[in-house]
Amino acid sequence: MSEFHLYMAQRLSALVMAPFVLVHIGVMIYAIQGGLSAAEILGRTQGSVFWFLFYGMFVVAVSIHAAIGLRTILSEWAGLRGSALNITALAIGAILFAMGAQAVYAVTATGAA
Amino acid sequence: MSTKGPQVTVTVQRGGPEGPGRKQQFQVPAYGSQTVLDVVSWIQQNADPTLTYRFACRVGMCGSCAMMVNGVPRWTCRTHVSKVLQDGAMELAPLRSLPVIKDLAADMDPFFDKWVSAEALHHPTASRDDPIAPIDPDAPERVTASAGIECINCAVCYAACDTVANNPDYLGPAALQRAWTLYNDSRDGAHGAILDAVTGTGGCQSCHSMGSCTAYCPNGLDPLSAIAGLKRAATRRFFGKGKG
Ligand code: HEM
Ligand code: SF4
Ligand code: SF4
Ligand code: FES
Repeated sequence: MSEFHLYMAQRLSALVMAPFVLVHIGVMIYAIQGGLSAAEILGRTQGSVFWFLFYGMFVVAVSIHAAIGLRTILSEWAGLRGSALNITALAIGAILFAMGAQAVYAVTATGAA
Repeated sequence: MSTKGPQVTVTVQRGGPEGPGRKQQFQVPAYGSQTVLDVVSWIQQNADPTLTYRFACRVGMCGSCAMMVNGVPRWTCRTHVSKVLQDGAMELAPLRSLPVIKDLAADMDPFFDKWVSAEALHHPTASRDDPIAPIDPDAPERVTASAGIECINCAVCYAACDTVANNPDYLGPAALQRAWTLYNDSRDGAHGAILDAVTGTGGCQSCHSMGSCTAYCPNGLDPLSAIAGLKRAATRRFFGKGKG
């Protein structure tokens, strides 16, 4: 993948994230009015295909976007080059995806209520 | 050497290709309308004939006299001392992000090599035997091209750019601006090759749009916007639209 393709992937993943961020914050502000317990949240999200896809795509986009962004910073600030740079960036993307996927699974996929 | 009258304290970074050497201090008589280049010339002619620097036109045309003045890149022949003095003193160093030939003369080779790498060269579409192509100065593409043609290759923008400083592959603002000029020039015959070159390693996608290039260009040019134009053109081509 060329530097320019990474650039396009970072812009496109940012484009995907922008509405997700707004919906995420908007729904949170709306939902917590009048107080909200963890059980109530899980009651709405667990088993929901919509929230699974919503946060699932969010996690994919963040993993791509942040890994490419940190790759640039590691190259410019830490002087990483070549495979050291690419392996580090891939590892960051994989860790972010694993952490995000675990959270999405726990909140939306388990124990359909 | 006269020590009467107002003086300017000038610190000069000496050195060569092997790295920066000692910093040397000079007391230089102050005159009205004195330029930074006047000060350097005074030192070389009156205090230390071994000081190396470069200039040619002295009127802001040739682009050979740029240096770091108090940490900021400037064309020294058109920078008044009164404008840049800090507490009656100034510090001079060779242009940032370029190798040094000696003292204040930076080696411009990497800067110009990157113009070539960016395909920032004219790709002719006609020969001397063809009729001269009419150019409408008000056509939108021509207006875009004309915005960048007054570049004097001084490398002030190159020295101002933090991305150049941190990414040795980055082609830099001046080369990319010239590539954008040619991309918009109807007489240039290789718009596709230009887009290929400016989307390669260290191409326009490396620019972080911080705008130091535009802020410091002594000719008031706007490489930041030229690079934004290249990014748009490359993105259009990525989605199968536009030319090139
Ligand atoms: C809606 C949300 C977001 C948008 C619209 C967005 C947009 C952008 C854009 C346009 C850039 C390119 C800047 C440049 O190249 O000069 C960028 C870079 C970056 N982003 Fe995001 N971003 C978002 C969220 C995030 C998140 C959640 C992270 C998580 C860590 C992140 C990490 C980074 C990093 C590390 C860079 C690299 C900086 C650089 O290349 O200059 N961003 N972002
Ligand atoms: S806008 Fe781009 S080229 Fe200009 S100084 Fe910033 S990073 Fe460098
Ligand atoms: S764009 Fe401006 S600062 Fe850069 S080389 Fe050309 S004239 Fe000098
Ligand atoms: S000496 Fe020619 S631009 Fe300064």
